[in-house]
Amino acid sequence: MIPEIGHFAVILALCVAVAQAFFSLVGATRGHTNWMAVSRPSAYVLFLLTTFGFCCLVISFLTNDFSVLNVASNSNSQLPWPYRLAASWGSHEGSLLLWVLMLSGWMAAVARFSKGVPDDMLSLILGVMALVAIGFYSFLLLTSNPFDRLLPPAVDGRDLNPLLQDPGMVIHPPMLYMGYVGFSVVFAFAIAALISGRLDTTWARWSRPWTTIAWAFLTIGIALGSWWAYYELGWGGWWFWDPVENASFMPWLCGTALMHSLLVTEKRGSFKVWTVLLAIITFSLSLLGTFLVRSGVLTSVHAFATDPERGVFILGFLVFVVGASLILFAWRAPKVGLGGRFDLVSRESALLANNVLLVVAAASVLLGTLYPLFLDALGLGKISVGPPYFDAVFIPIMAPAMFLMGIGPISRWKKSSVPDLASKLKWAFVVSVVSALLLPFTMGTWNVLVSFGLLMALWIALAGIVNLWTRLKQMSRGEGNTVWNSLTSLPNSYYGMLCAHWGVAVFIVGVTLVNGYEIEKDVKMSVGNTVTIGSYTIRLDALKEMEGPNYTGVEGSMAILVDGEEVDRMFPQKRLYTVQQMAMTEAAIDTGFTRDLYISLGEPLSDGSWVVRVYLKPFVDWIWGGAFLMALGGILAVSDRRYRKASQMENGPEEVTTSS
Amino acid sequence: MMAATRFLIPLGIFIGVAAFLFKGLSLDPKEVPSPLIGKAAPDFALPLLNNSETRFANSDMVGKVWLLNVFASWCGPCLDEHPIIVNFARSNTVPVLGFNYKDRPQAAAQWLDRHGDPYSQVVLDIDGRIGLDYGVYGVPETFLIDREGFIRYKKIGPLTQLDVSEDILPLIEELSR
Repeated sequence: MIPEIGHFAVILALCVAVAQAFFSLVGATRGHTNWMAVSRPSAYVLFLLTTFGFCCLVISFLTNDFSVLNVASNSNSQLPWPYRLAASWGSHEGSLLLWVLMLSGWMAAVARFSKGVPDDMLSLILGVMALVAIGFYSFLLLTSNPFDRLLPPAVDGRDLNPLLQDPGMVIHPPMLYMGYVGFSVVFAFAIAALISGRLDTTWARWSRPWTTIAWAFLTIGIALGSWWAYYELGWGGWWFWDPVENASFMPWLCGTALMHSLLVTEKRGSFKVWTVLLAIITFSLSLLGTFLVRSGVLTSVHAFATDPERGVFILGFLVFVVGASLILFAWRAPKVGLGGRFDLVSRESALLANNVLLVVAAASVLLGTLYPLFLDALGLGKISVGPPYFDAVFIPIMAPAMFLMGIGPISRWKKSSVPDLASKLKWAFVVSVVSALLLPFTMGTWNVLVSFGLLMALWIALAGIVNLWTRLKQMSRGEGNTVWNSLTSLPNSYYGMLCAHWGVAVFIVGVTLVNGYEIEKDVKMSVGNTVTIGSYTIRLDALKEMEGPNYTGVEGSMAILVDGEEVDRMFPQKRLYTVQQMAMTEAAIDTGFTRDLYISLGEPLSDGSWVVRVYLKPFVDWIWGGAFLMALGGILAVSDRRYRKASQMENGPEEVTTSS
Repeated sequence: MMAATRFLIPLGIFIGVAAFLFKGLSLDPKEVPSPLIGKAAPDFALPLLNNSETRFANSDMVGKVWLLNVFASWCGPCLDEHPIIVNFARSNTVPVLGFNYKDRPQAAAQWLDRHGDPYSQVVLDIDGRIGLDYGVYGVPETFLIDREGFIRYKKIGPLTQLDVSEDILPLIEELSR
């Protein structure tokens, strides 16, 4: 009964979305106030209905209702309950339901926290989001109903893919989807602005916090995914340029560009056309990501269930949404005036250049991701594009962007002078160059790439410090401000910017040092054997059989010795998930501030010994630490005073996460 | 006019991409047609890994159903499929011939020492010329060859347990009748 009620709730939600789209859009364009009044309450109803439907699915999973096809295919009675919960979005159908839940959550948040937005504008925004919702609700109901029954019911379920049985997997998809779907808000703002012709600085001010929140969620989502790949796949890597990863990375790059472009539009009234186009592109890339992941047009390590019929639906939807918005753009954008003028050397120029670089980077990732498909479609053969392409293309594009990151925030709007910039930044530049040249020696061998990476990181970090210092000096010229007073009077959005930029620096340090100084050893070990890596000696003390709730396996007990003293013990495992007969490597990772020690059990050999892979990864956690700082920067920025009036904005998304 | 058409560029690009995506839906990126299936396995006489003086030819296997597994020590995915091959060989269903592709013999020997050697014999295709005849372009690849020396099945990329249980084993049963 429960699944049918859930199904019914989702059908009702679709009906509500249809009504909402109609009344909001027609009401706003015709000026019927009582029609527009529908949009706000219907957003709440939509959210409630979807939450209800989602809870029904969760209950089916938690109670092991194997008469539901989705539960029978993705869960098992032996599966621990947190994973049964996560399994409700582990399948294609469930993840779509999560997607629409998030969308309706964002709609409810927009309805609740956009008090300053005029009613007709809000109506248009919610109407556009309702159109997007109609597409996804119909997709869900027509091709991927998560509530389908299985008759006769299965005795037990086929279990969740062991790769997904992990705490990271419990929170990674909701975070990622919050980001993906969150970009629908700024998209709707852009479309509403194009329809109404009110593409002005107010529009940018309304859109900014939404974009930043969505971006912060996406950042966390991607970082969690990368972290999960690092410890769960057992290969020791953290980014593989896999199509599914790229699908989330492209909206992130464009979203980053969008955030900065919105800043210029708000402060200076420039870049309006560009900003609106970026808003459309960012959301289009989110939709494209969904298409790539769900349609199976590309091969990926993320083996999700794919289905061409679904692909046709999403593609049709994608063409409708993106095509219509781009037609609207082509029609309306020429009438948008130019904003304030600016000089070649100015903050606008720096931001514009960074924008272009980010978009070019996104385009090169898109090209690499779709290239195999292009060739295949043209009948030119089957190839795969791997990390060599992405590394070779991506890094040179991003390097100038990193350099500009130091200059942009310190330069003035409209017109800045080169000598002034040079005198402000010369020490930062000299110190970063010298330290970048010398630091690699302290790590061992000197290497150009490491030096260059460190240069970028130091440059960004030091330019941030100089920036803060200059701000403080300017303020202290005022009426006898103490440093503390000045520090506290700087707006949160400023600290958000610094924090996010420092996050990038931290991230670069992690990437550079891992790539430069990682040590990997592949050894054959029996009980009693040792292997030395860096300053650590690892001794295999015992191998014992183990049994988990839904797997069996072998656990190695490893002593970590430094100078002959035992400092730690690590327990890598090899598991065999009994239902799916899938072997999984559970790496043992000793996380440290300056290095990770990573041990994974490879294969057993005939003589009872094991192939063991050990890695010493310097500064690897800085990669995710940096991403976390970036997201934190975004959150700081939206907590700024000037949003205080509508300051509950950052509570909006939290409401959604707790309820999912 | 010029200024207005500029704004159509994004739409144009998008239509192009969408057209490719639509075409892509009807293609399966994993399915690579092999013109070799149903044809006689290309002939070879290659040196053995453990004894480079002796040459081993595919004609030596006539009368048996056998598996040819293309592998190399430099190939990451080979390591992924290796346990499957080892398990399969342990079941003694049919002999598995290792086809060492574009590899250094010492490296291959070390690799097998370390990860286990499931092969009845390992032949060396150092310059990859026989590999060319077999249309090898993604290592690992696996071929199932029948008693008359015809290729019956080909898999590009790592073999999975599912491939073994759903495709290879039923086919072997059918061919061994």
